[in-house]
Amino acid sequence: MTDTPASTIKHHGSDMFEGYPVDTADTPGDLQVTNYTINFGPQHPAAHGVLRLVMELDGEIIERLDPHIGLLHRGTEKLIEHKTYLQALPYFDRLDYASPLAMEHSYVLAIEKLLNLEVPLRAQYLRVLFAEMTRISNHLLNIAHHILDVGALTPGLWLYEAREDCLGFFERASGARMHCAWFRPGGVHQDVPLKLLTDIADWLDDRMPRLFEDGLALVLDNRIFKQRNVDIAYVSKEDALAWGFSGPMIRGAGIPWDIRKSQPYDVYAKMDFDIPVGTRGDCYDRFMVRVEEVRQSIRIMKQCLQQMPEGPVCSDDRKVVPPKRAEMKQSMESLIHHFKLYTEGFHVPAGEVYVATESPKGEFGVFLVSDGTNKPYRCKIRPTAFSHLQAMDFMSKGHMLADTTAIIGALDIVFGECDR
Amino acid sequence: MSHPAPVIAPRKDLTKALKAALGKDMLAHVHAHNEDSITVKRDALDGVMVALRDRLEYQQLMEIAGVDYPDRAERFEVVYHLLSVTHNHRLRVRVTASEATPVPSVTGIWPVAGWLEREVFDMYGVLFSGNTDLRRILTDYGFEGHPFRKDFPLTGYTEMRYSEEAKRVVYEPVKLAQDFRQFDFLSPWEGADYVLPGDEKAATPPPAPPPPTPKVTDKPAETGAGKAANKAAAKTSKGTAKAPAKPRAPRKPKGDAA
Repeated sequence: MTDTPASTIKHHGSDMFEGYPVDTADTPGDLQVTNYTINFGPQHPAAHGVLRLVMELDGEIIERLDPHIGLLHRGTEKLIEHKTYLQALPYFDRLDYASPLAMEHSYVLAIEKLLNLEVPLRAQYLRVLFAEMTRISNHLLNIAHHILDVGALTPGLWLYEAREDCLGFFERASGARMHCAWFRPGGVHQDVPLKLLTDIADWLDDRMPRLFEDGLALVLDNRIFKQRNVDIAYVSKEDALAWGFSGPMIRGAGIPWDIRKSQPYDVYAKMDFDIPVGTRGDCYDRFMVRVEEVRQSIRIMKQCLQQMPEGPVCSDDRKVVPPKRAEMKQSMESLIHHFKLYTEGFHVPAGEVYVATESPKGEFGVFLVSDGTNKPYRCKIRPTAFSHLQAMDFMSKGHMLADTTAIIGALDIVFGECDR
Repeated sequence: MSHPAPVIAPRKDLTKALKAALGKDMLAHVHAHNEDSITVKRDALDGVMVALRDRLEYQQLMEIAGVDYPDRAERFEVVYHLLSVTHNHRLRVRVTASEATPVPSVTGIWPVAGWLEREVFDMYGVLFSGNTDLRRILTDYGFEGHPFRKDFPLTGYTEMRYSEEAKRVVYEPVKLAQDFRQFDFLSPWEGADYVLPGDEKAATPPPAPPPPTPKVTDKPAETGAGKAANKAAAKTSKGTAKAPAKPRAPRKPKGDAA
């Protein structure tokens, strides 16, 4: 953290940051009470990206906290308006780059809803399988960094090992470790080899739980870890609702709300899993909710592998889904479809939908407005981090400066998604 | 089986409940794609939102989206997405606005609206009356314009780079190495209502000459014959006619003198 030079340290009531009430009455013993205004970030390792926090501190106590975001704003929504529906898909990987497939999930479901497009069962299972693997890899990253932010390095090494396996599986399925662009309107792009599924099953049975539980055994009941997290940034149920929380943040506050259960999409309705809920609404609860979600995701993935049927992995509606290249070499009609779908793209009937899925970080929504052409008229992305980061001010008021890192760690924010 | 998007059960008697709670403030209620959206009066937004939160139990405001329709009289739509965690239902509330007409802020009802309204203001320039902190949020410090408006170019107006001479980041007008090209791939024979790029360069053919009016001779005077016409012809020929020229003398054949 960069301490500002003496010249920027301002007294109470100075004109740099207006509007803070000043108690000018002298207290016996105190000569003068001064407040610091310091800059946290934008290039701070515990800020989880380019986050700038303007903090007003009374000693070490946070009195006011103003997050400045937008440093990673790339105008994704504007760019999407200038691309066809398929060309816009890879932008979603680049939103929350810690859980790329979960971002694609909302978008392809929104298109399918507007088109009323049926998706083969195997594709739905594959999507759920990899969406849950995305959840695992996202939570592993967040848990590792949360632990690191409050001062423990070793568990992160275990968890990174498991996350690396996840990225390897993504690469074997799609060809890319992070920016997969594997979910497509109508299914997934390519089928996975059988060996990949058996490898995932072995990994879920043995290596993953071993790495995960070993790593976390070091920290879950650790006294220092608890001192840094328990009763930090308490959020009540009412606050969680009013501040638009979702995902582990709302479950950590004690509300059992999970879109996978309440508004199931793909084959989540067939899955048997539990929703972990916090009891105190503090940073430790949010952390433990994520830990338990990893275990539940393993359960879901195992069920997917057991139930997954054989069959096509993409819809055969040739007005939306392009044919395979091999087919293209034989059939004139396929050649025409291939050409048309990769130049003009498919047309989506006019209308608007809001589709929200349970991304690892919370409710990730896509508000898609179509005017009947081959490009979205408007694609509003509902980031999870926006509401969570906004609540940072009231969550950290009255806490110590060092708690900021724990609070940010438990928020689980990624700036690709927050700033869009 | 149809699309695999999230299943939302329709809420029973929603129309009746909305009518009872909102009365004349609700202008329209549309149920499409199994999603409910209502349009409400802009000035009544505060009361509507309180009624929706407290009487219809939409506890959460998940999203505020701006949409720009430049052809409309009030060009912006501000779209609120509400979620009821007790009824497991989503509702979309929409108001319209123009550049000059502010929308009542809902920050007093949901504190989360603060940043969401700031974003709509930043991107579209919609004003929210009652939001005490209506700063820009996503764009750069000192940015001008509202980038998500449909008339704002995709390239923007300024670009920045690190200048080695000035030793700092400098802002300059956008310079494109080649013209910005927009491909929409719409089929010209399936209703693209514009001239194809390049077609405007072809020289337009000269307009076809108007068809000749046919000569009609309905009256004897129009035929060019008869007494009156003869008289007129004689008059003109008298003045202009010359005496016939003398025939020229025959030329001497060449070579006789030699």
